[in-house]
Amino acid sequence: MGKTLAEKIWAEHVVRSAQGEPDLLYIDLHLIHEVTSPQAFDGLRLTGRTVRRPDLTIATEDHNVPTLDILKPIADPVSKLQVDTLRNNCKEFGVRLHSLGDVDQGVVHVVGPQLGVTQPGMTIVCGDSHTSTHGAFGAIAFGIGTSEVEHVLATQTLSSRRPKTMAINVNGELKPGVTSKDIILAIIAKIGTGGGQGYIIEYRGEAIRNLSMEGRMTVCNMSIEAGARAGLIAPDEKTFEYIKGKPHAPEDFDAAVTYWKTLFTDADAKFDVEIEIDGPSLEPFVTWGTNPGQGLPLSAKVPSPSDFALETDQIAAKNALEYMGLTAGTPLKEVKIDTVFLGSCTNGRIEDLRAAADIVKGKKIASTLRMLVVPGSERVRQQAMSEGLDKVFLDAGAEWRNAGCSMCLGMNPDQLAAGERSASTSNRNFEGRQGKGGRTHLVSPQVAAATAIRGTLSSPADL
Amino acid sequence: MEKFISHTGTGVPLRRSNVDTDQIIPAVYLKRVTRSGFEDGLFSAWRNDPEFVLNQEAYKGGTVLVAGPDFGTGSSREHAVWALQNYGFKAVISSRFADIFRGNSLKGGLLTVIISQDEVEKLWATIEANPATPITVDLDSRTVSYGSTTLNFDLDDYTRWRLMEGLDDIGLTLAQEASIDAFEGKRSSLKPTTLPIRS
Repeated sequence: MGKTLAEKIWAEHVVRSAQGEPDLLYIDLHLIHEVTSPQAFDGLRLTGRTVRRPDLTIATEDHNVPTLDILKPIADPVSKLQVDTLRNNCKEFGVRLHSLGDVDQGVVHVVGPQLGVTQPGMTIVCGDSHTSTHGAFGAIAFGIGTSEVEHVLATQTLSSRRPKTMAINVNGELKPGVTSKDIILAIIAKIGTGGGQGYIIEYRGEAIRNLSMEGRMTVCNMSIEAGARAGLIAPDEKTFEYIKGKPHAPEDFDAAVTYWKTLFTDADAKFDVEIEIDGPSLEPFVTWGTNPGQGLPLSAKVPSPSDFALETDQIAAKNALEYMGLTAGTPLKEVKIDTVFLGSCTNGRIEDLRAAADIVKGKKIASTLRMLVVPGSERVRQQAMSEGLDKVFLDAGAEWRNAGCSMCLGMNPDQLAAGERSASTSNRNFEGRQGKGGRTHLVSPQVAAATAIRGTLSSPADL
Repeated sequence: MEKFISHTGTGVPLRRSNVDTDQIIPAVYLKRVTRSGFEDGLFSAWRNDPEFVLNQEAYKGGTVLVAGPDFGTGSSREHAVWALQNYGFKAVISSRFADIFRGNSLKGGLLTVIISQDEVEKLWATIEANPATPITVDLDSRTVSYGSTTLNFDLDDYTRWRLMEGLDDIGLTLAQEASIDAFEGKRSSLKPTTLPIRS
């Protein structure tokens, strides 16, 4: 019987396997940031261990860095200590670091692909659950905790059991105005936040093949929101084209492409689970609740707890509506928004900024809201500025910031106030995620832009 | 790592599903560079509510958290495990855990125990009726017991052995260093490195 793509990549990385034990898996690339690494480096120091492969390790500052006045010392002393700790650790252990002000500083999952160090057939880990983003290139990429960060630093391996495999086939073509973000939000609403638990998802089907690399990254990025260990997409010409010319593209590019072309699921391979999604029936999607599975088409109304069959879902819906300050039956398009956040590892790439800029161009954002535009990396910011996108956003009344995770998780000063409601292109609508008491609706960049203009949740078709 | 063989303590019922790691410890608490002191951030948003279970006198000394399904979803922050441990929890019982959280907890010696949702409901009812009910989580026999009830739970032999011996995962892997060397020796030269910068 044939193998799935995930099984092929996994098998190529097994250093050692033994009956009853987890596999020892080799890691091709380890991405580091300031929040989940300090205790890991400390562990190395305490045990006298070193970083085994600094040449397969790269760090950047993203989670808690400010997006204003980035060349001044960081105002929050605790954030500053964490960033300084990363700088000292990278220096001490010989790890390449892209600091604030560097062109390759930015959200770690935007930086890897733009450097070309994210390539098909690799195993990639980072102390961040959205590492699944890199799966868009046909890699097994997943988030790990700090103990595992230390393990990878010391050994360049991880002790892990191979997850089961799940195929999600998104068949047919998407309607105009429907995006990769809508695909993944619809998938999570369908299978639930635990639906992918224990699986690596392979996204397949015409609608997935038609996506750009940026779009594929958005889909894979939110695999974790469906509970999956990782998500990936088989590489194709679009993947090869994207990597070509990047700083770390293979020197022998043709040989690499020959290898990459072997990375697909065999026709006779069997997934543990297969799920079908009808692409043409998808619509712009938005979340109404406090987990990413609580989403609906934008044309729907806020649901009532009684709409749910299971008691746990009813209680979750009741709690969510209360936290979100929403009344069942309200059309989602009438929900008033205070802040629009465009950015994050989900939707902070150049294509996302272009899509949103196309919609706000020549218009003004509603006077009742603020809009933050936070490019995913400094390189994305510079690219956008060379295309005049910064001016488009500024002319519309939006704020144009420096790169970082920013309001996606509110570790830096970019936060929602209690009761403030956002339409956010990020990945999590958890209670307090964007600031204590803040209320988050997850949307695509296109919906975020249209919402900024109209002041209520809106799709570009409503303009 | 401290060995985990058996633990007996009282339970804390957390009647919520989908408790994500942002709820367990919000991002603003993640700026510390140590592994300790995270207990003040544990469930910080909910702890403002005097009715919240951790604020109730009857559950103050609890060491076994009994939570709804899909506990630990979201961010990979191991700080969530540390916050629970720093607070004093030794085990978490739920019908379903998110993968990364479960991996982190078992690496760090916080035992995560899976029992069915029906069994969780019965345990909730018991500890709500009598918060002082002792609960024993025994790794040797892979059972949870309270009152006259004894429940079996699954945990693979390898993880159980590692936890019962309190072994350091990195030390175990470094004992296999020859295998890693051999693997690296035949690793494809097409794979990228992060050095030197060729941009």
